[in-house]
Amino acid sequence: MRRAAPRPLPVTVAGVYGAAAALTAWALARTLWYGIDEPGVALAFGALVAVGELVRRGSPGEERESAPLGSAGALAYALLGQNAGHATHHGVLQAVAVVLAAALVGAVPHVALGRGPSLDQVARRVLTVAFAAACFQPLYNSGTLERWVGHGPYYALFLLLVLVLTALCDAVVAAALLRARTSFPYGPLLRDELRALVGVGSAVCATGAVIALAVAVAGLWALPLFCVPLLLTQLAFRRYAAVRTTYRQTITSLARATEIAGYTQPGHARRVAVLSRAVGRELGLSEPELTVLEYAALMHDIGQLSLVDPVPAGATAPLPAAEQHRIALLGGAVVRQTGVPAEVAVIVERQADPYREQPLPARIVRTVNAYDDLAGAPGGPGSSLSALEQLRLGTGRDYQPEVVESLARVLAKGCLTLVAPG
Amino acid sequence: MEGPRRRSLPWGARAVLSGAVVAAGACALPVARGNVPWGAFGLLAGLYALCEWPARCPFLVGRVTVPTGSGSFFPVLLAAAFLLPPAAAALAAVPGALLGPVEQPPRSIRRLWRAARLALAVGAAAEAHRRLGGRAALGGPALAPDFPYALLPAGAAALVFCAVLAALDGLILWTAERLPARTAWRGLFPRSLAPYCVHGLAGLMMAVLWRSPYGPPAALLVLLPMYISCWVFAQYHRERAAHQATIRALVQAVDIKDTYTRGHSERVGLASVLIARELGMDESRLEVLRFAGILHDVGKLGVPTRLLRKDGPLTPQERAVIELHPEYGHEMVRGIGFLGEARAAILHHHERLDGSGYPYGLAGPQIPEFARVVAVADAFDAMTSTRSYSRARPVGAAVEELERCAGRQFDPVMVRALARALDRHGWHPAVTADEPDRGGAADSGNVPACDAAPAGHA
Repeated sequence: MRRAAPRPLPVTVAGVYGAAAALTAWALARTLWYGIDEPGVALAFGALVAVGELVRRGSPGEERESAPLGSAGALAYALLGQNAGHATHHGVLQAVAVVLAAALVGAVPHVALGRGPSLDQVARRVLTVAFAAACFQPLYNSGTLERWVGHGPYYALFLLLVLVLTALCDAVVAAALLRARTSFPYGPLLRDELRALVGVGSAVCATGAVIALAVAVAGLWALPLFCVPLLLTQLAFRRYAAVRTTYRQTITSLARATEIAGYTQPGHARRVAVLSRAVGRELGLSEPELTVLEYAALMHDIGQLSLVDPVPAGATAPLPAAEQHRIALLGGAVVRQTGVPAEVAVIVERQADPYREQPLPARIVRTVNAYDDLAGAPGGPGSSLSALEQLRLGTGRDYQPEVVESLARVLAKGCLTLVAPG
Repeated sequence: MEGPRRRSLPWGARAVLSGAVVAAGACALPVARGNVPWGAFGLLAGLYALCEWPARCPFLVGRVTVPTGSGSFFPVLLAAAFLLPPAAAALAAVPGALLGPVEQPPRSIRRLWRAARLALAVGAAAEAHRRLGGRAALGGPALAPDFPYALLPAGAAALVFCAVLAALDGLILWTAERLPARTAWRGLFPRSLAPYCVHGLAGLMMAVLWRSPYGPPAALLVLLPMYISCWVFAQYHRERAAHQATIRALVQAVDIKDTYTRGHSERVGLASVLIARELGMDESRLEVLRFAGILHDVGKLGVPTRLLRKDGPLTPQERAVIELHPEYGHEMVRGIGFLGEARAAILHHHERLDGSGYPYGLAGPQIPEFARVVAVADAFDAMTSTRSYSRARPVGAAVEELERCAGRQFDPVMVRALARALDRHGWHPAVTADEPDRGGAADSGNVPACDAAPAGHA
């Protein structure tokens, strides 16, 4: 499939970038013009953010929060009201300027290696810091906060409230950016962003609040000490991400076995997995459901390994229903031996049933598999159209009409870069 | 302790248990004299109990994944040790320890032991903290904490906590599990030191914030990152187990096609590790080599089943097809990053030292080290297990055969290492489920034993 020509920046993305850029320019200009309040505190927090940025790993987009330490430090600086009992006076703009400058310094080595933070991440960082600081600093510096909540436990709860609001806004912006790029439905994207908040997002927020409070009590000593638990969290997430990557690679290898054995067309399993994921997204499945769908799509043909002779051309779609059913059951038996969740085996087993008896992921796998079998033969867009036409003829019994139409929309968008065979 | 056969506790263990309970009781007794901040005590004890509870709560089990294994919530206990007098701190650990989940019977005895051991450790940590003047260093509502001095009592308390737990654990391993006294304590203390230091730091943060004007709500925030790390580690372990099951599934998929070699892959992995240990390879490479042994024949998935199960001799064309299996295997696992060197071993495990092997006809040192190890292990297991076309040979005869072919087919270094390892440890493969009656007179290219071996076809 042809890669789509670079499209103009969607309006939402342009708006977010513009807002972030304007804010940054204003903050930097004002800070340079008037100088920095409490340069020691600014330097310490700047160093924390820069170090957090330095220890980031992974390419942008791979992990949701690739520099949790930097984010926590930035939020803490935005919400800092005191240093060892003495009030601080930095305002919103200084917070934005310091955090951005430190993040850029920390990102220099990464940019040099060609894996710097994406523009999305930088823009979101600027906006979240500005939001948190705007909710807190004016209220605090004018003394209003002192009158409202005093300087006790309610103060801590107020910080927490601000952080929760900040995280929610960040999720809304992130989902909007994703929506503008991919035009997947907004609801499920937002749901995934919010679900991710429960994990590393809440740890970042809690650490941000703890650092802000601890610096207020104990001074800058708190900075290095109180980051340790968050580093532990980062380590845990990193190991988890590593094992998940390996796991996916192994499942992909298992899926390739049928191709190497000559049972299926080269690249078939990968193509079905990518396309199924896109259709699942378009139909609004959540991230965990998409993972299950992807595993099932990768391994949907594994049952053919148990056949003594390969099916002609590896395409199961043209086979009689009983034979398709038998292969599906054989596949389910193999999948049950792997460590994947039981839902995956169920999808593989039921992939050949009439759609009214299937769960939604199995309907998707069935439709996409049939599409790839029918269109995978040599040819271009023409055969893709005729394959869709054949699927539409089968919507009485085999394929769910909604899934077929969703597949048609995904294909029409063409934003999907289908992987080359192998 | 496994299963119900250990119903009766050894006398030594009973003595240790009752001693610990009595000591914990004595440690907590001064509570009766009063002078306990009951509000803070109630909050901390309740908090620890609340943390341990979800794993047992009938409404939550199965719905949320909670970090199991005690230790996830030690920051609460250490904060109690920093904030409360020793006796009250010891008592604060008890409700949570009694409430927490226990995996194996005898449950009530285990709960009792856990409560006594935690109470003793927390009491000792609190005492150490108090003697070093940690209370004053924490600061108060109007007083800033004394950093960096506050780190010293807190670090000492964490060390004492860790040491007492390690000592008591070793004691119970020695008396109840009847481990030898020398091995019971080995590694317990150094292994747990780093996690306890982090817990101590988190406990110190909790204590400082607890004493500050912001009070307990701010202290609770400290727990969140710790809790999430534990939760993610639990998920990490689950995912890793799933991954290993998938690797096994890859091997089992080979068994579906090539039924008569069942268990062969696991045993080759085992023999490869024996050889590598003898050569002094480090642990991370051993793990990769084990995978190389397990997956060496995975390329057979790419060979038509009819050919693998064929009765009678193979034609040259058929043999050529079967000899493609190392390349198929390499192609299959090429996307699995962590396999590293193992991928080369899968590609080259049928190369021979004199250059007459396949697929590339590499000779001598051109053959990757892992491939030379796997080749020897593969041939050894093929000779010592029963196949449809040959009976299993005794280990000694197989080693002799390997030594005869060393230099021509096998790397003599690897063969010698295997012989030494077998002398030292013997050969007791755990997987012995051979099914010799399957298949026909297989001549399917998976037995690389040398020229004179019965299955040889080179």
